[in-house]
Amino acid sequence: MPLDAEALLRDLAPQLLGVVIRRYRDFAAAEDAVQEALIAAAVQWPREGLPDHPKAWLIQVASRRMTDHIRRESARRLRESAVAIDLLEHESERDDTLILLFMCCHSALTPSSAIALTLRAVGGLTTAEIASAFLVPEATMAQRISRAKSTIKASGVPFSLPTEQERADRLRAVLHVLYLIFNEGYTSSGGPQLQRCELSTEAIRLTRAVHKLLPDDGEVAGLLALMLLTDARRVARTGPRGELIPLTQQDRTLWDQKQIAEGVALLSETLSKGSIGAYQLQAAIAAVHDEAPRAEDTDWPQILALYDLLKRMSDNPMVLLNHAIAVAMVHGPSAGLDLLNTLDADGRLAGHHRLDAVRAHLLELSGNHQAAIEHYRIAAGLTTNIPERDYLLTQAARLREHNNV
Amino acid sequence: MKYILMMHCPRTGYDSFGSMPKKDIQAHIAFMHSYNKDLRESGEWVDGQGLADPKQAKLVRAGKDGAPITDGVFPESKEFLAGYWIIDVESPERACQLAAKASAAPGIGGSPMNMLIEVRQVMSGPPEEFS
Repeated sequence: MPLDAEALLRDLAPQLLGVVIRRYRDFAAAEDAVQEALIAAAVQWPREGLPDHPKAWLIQVASRRMTDHIRRESARRLRESAVAIDLLEHESERDDTLILLFMCCHSALTPSSAIALTLRAVGGLTTAEIASAFLVPEATMAQRISRAKSTIKASGVPFSLPTEQERADRLRAVLHVLYLIFNEGYTSSGGPQLQRCELSTEAIRLTRAVHKLLPDDGEVAGLLALMLLTDARRVARTGPRGELIPLTQQDRTLWDQKQIAEGVALLSETLSKGSIGAYQLQAAIAAVHDEAPRAEDTDWPQILALYDLLKRMSDNPMVLLNHAIAVAMVHGPSAGLDLLNTLDADGRLAGHHRLDAVRAHLLELSGNHQAAIEHYRIAAGLTTNIPERDYLLTQAARLREHNNV
Repeated sequence: MKYILMMHCPRTGYDSFGSMPKKDIQAHIAFMHSYNKDLRESGEWVDGQGLADPKQAKLVRAGKDGAPITDGVFPESKEFLAGYWIIDVESPERACQLAAKASAAPGIGGSPMNMLIEVRQVMSGPPEEFS
């Protein structure tokens, strides 16, 4: 299928689903009907050309599927739905994508279910594509999606925008799911299948759609900027054999300057509007890294100031860990190591490889190579990612050779 | 997060299993069948296989010319892998819970066999940025 037709289908998917749910008030069945309509389009359009009104075409096909479904269920419900069509025809479609996102990221769902459902219902990906991105059998992913739909049905959440009181929490849940999708995809190490379905690109596309719908929300803009500014470094992040290349050693000429410029512009615009949130701050930190021509040009005092702000806003131990790195870069490794000791006492990062990886790095900077080797190896034993383990073991080996131990 | 659940049994495990009464063998098979079905329905199934009797097992290593040198004599005490599952779950606790459930598969007289299940995480986590 030509790329523009595929993109069009993916853009229309959530709108189409919104319309069908509005008409028939049955999320699970509507989702199936929309999948079938999208598949029909993917088969027919390349052969017969784009219809004059693609969206109307899709609505018609999906509605026909729904009608079949309802006819099977009961003739009485069919008559009721026929009435409902007229009543609901003119309700706003603009909000449908948002309502769908709120539904798919509902707190009743586990993160992995919310991710799968969002990718399918809002992203318009097929179950097979989602399954291959997460390296599970298609039947398993189908089951996960179907259970997620039942959970939503059972929770009785209405197909409407959340109330004003709920809105902030629900939007935070949506942004978190989009962030998780981005992180899953921000790697090319999970096997060749991952490239077939670029999860981070998909997360950016979805966040862009949310930003378009809520242009004044600072955190939505912040998350989009964070994704763009991080994704801009993607090509430089891994070597030819999939090995991890740390930020300081990346070939910065490979960074996507256009994407950096877009992220920075988005960030500047949203920061000028006032209220600042955690995603905006993280985006600001990513921007400082992106704007340094060489690693040694990085404005660490600026990054430290941003982490100080972020620390006040979030109790996340990962933020504290990154803050410790910034402290080390500004005030020297021993100041950073002192902060790691308080993180040990905190306990929430106990057994997390990242704590040992950072400790190893700072110990190396402080000249204590023996202890650095030890912590690189502890971190290697704790990580669950192969390129990361290889990187950590290589660091340890490099130091051992350097010191002849 | 993905885990592998490895079900271990002693070398004699296959023989003692085979000498259980018919109804106990059937109950065990039915249990495994329903265990697998539950994993598929919960959306946690990635893979699962039972392995053939260790009498046919061979230990192989490459010789100097790269050709296989096989060894089929195992000490009586050796534990064998009888089968495994790969699951994709929300938490380490869930992986242990599923392992315990498999471990309690019914044996003689329907009483739980309490087989030893080794639980290991599969290296499938996303990496983080290193500065």
